[in-house]
Amino acid sequence: MSSATEVAEEKFLLNKTTLGFWLYLMTDCLLFATLFATYVVMRDATAGGPDGAHIFEMPLILAETIILLVSSFTCGLVLIALKAGKIRQMLIAFALTFVLGVAFLSIELYEFIKLIGEGYGPQRSGFLSAFFTLVGTHGLHITIGLLWLLVLVGVLFKRGLTSKLSRQITLFALFWHFLDLVWIFIFTIVYLMGVMK
Amino acid sequence: MTLSKYITGFVLSLVLTLLAYFIVVGGASGWWLIPALGVLALVQMIVQLIFFLHLGEEAKPRWKIMSFLFMAGALTIVVAGSIWIMANMNYNMLHMSADEKESYMLKQFDKGF
Repeated sequence: MSSATEVAEEKFLLNKTTLGFWLYLMTDCLLFATLFATYVVMRDATAGGPDGAHIFEMPLILAETIILLVSSFTCGLVLIALKAGKIRQMLIAFALTFVLGVAFLSIELYEFIKLIGEGYGPQRSGFLSAFFTLVGTHGLHITIGLLWLLVLVGVLFKRGLTSKLSRQITLFALFWHFLDLVWIFIFTIVYLMGVMK
Repeated sequence: MTLSKYITGFVLSLVLTLLAYFIVVGGASGWWLIPALGVLALVQMIVQLIFFLHLGEEAKPRWKIMSFLFMAGALTIVVAGSIWIMANMNYNMLHMSADEKESYMLKQFDKGF
């Protein structure tokens, strides 16, 4: 096989796998859409418990949001390094993304544990059930993303940068950017609209 | 897919996030607040779709954009429909006490809705 056909073949495979993964992301969007609809309907069903303005610590949520945004950016750096074939830079960007992702998840877990400790767990009211389900599902996606990242780096060390692995890294970046996209709406609809007057 | 594109997307997203945050924390209120926050979120979504997820860079046929638009349509129906129906239901039951609501619901249930 000449190298020109190899390049064409590689491009075809990348487009095919990216499109398949993109379709999965669109179905995931619909999952989040149902959770957002539930949350908006349940928003005022506080059953005498606290509402958003009472329990959300806004400076912390802003920090969480910016951390996730920066991690989405460093994830883009992974792709740029991948394209340039600079494995060292790619590993650094991977490490930054991982650390920021763990920081994001830690803040979210701190928030959840604090709320449950105060007696405001998901069983307290319809509002809190919907809140924990929506934000928790996003957190679960982040957790899976972090595990995926570790697996990718593990495979990179074991087998080197194969064309299959570089396709999978592209898909991972798509997934991570997508999670930041969903977070924009959690930040706006849950947190900002929860504390506004 | 270049570094300058990612930097543009990052800076725009950061500005939009901070703008929305300080409008709310600054204590603004009014009918325009929810639409304004919605527009800021939608603009940031478009920024990230273009600069981070590279939507619109694919060759024809544009399956990604088509599937995205289809998803957006289904999403709008689910979210707007739920809010509309549930808000109407709450509104129509506002004049009843809790007991009246319960007996009304039981009667409706007997009728098989």
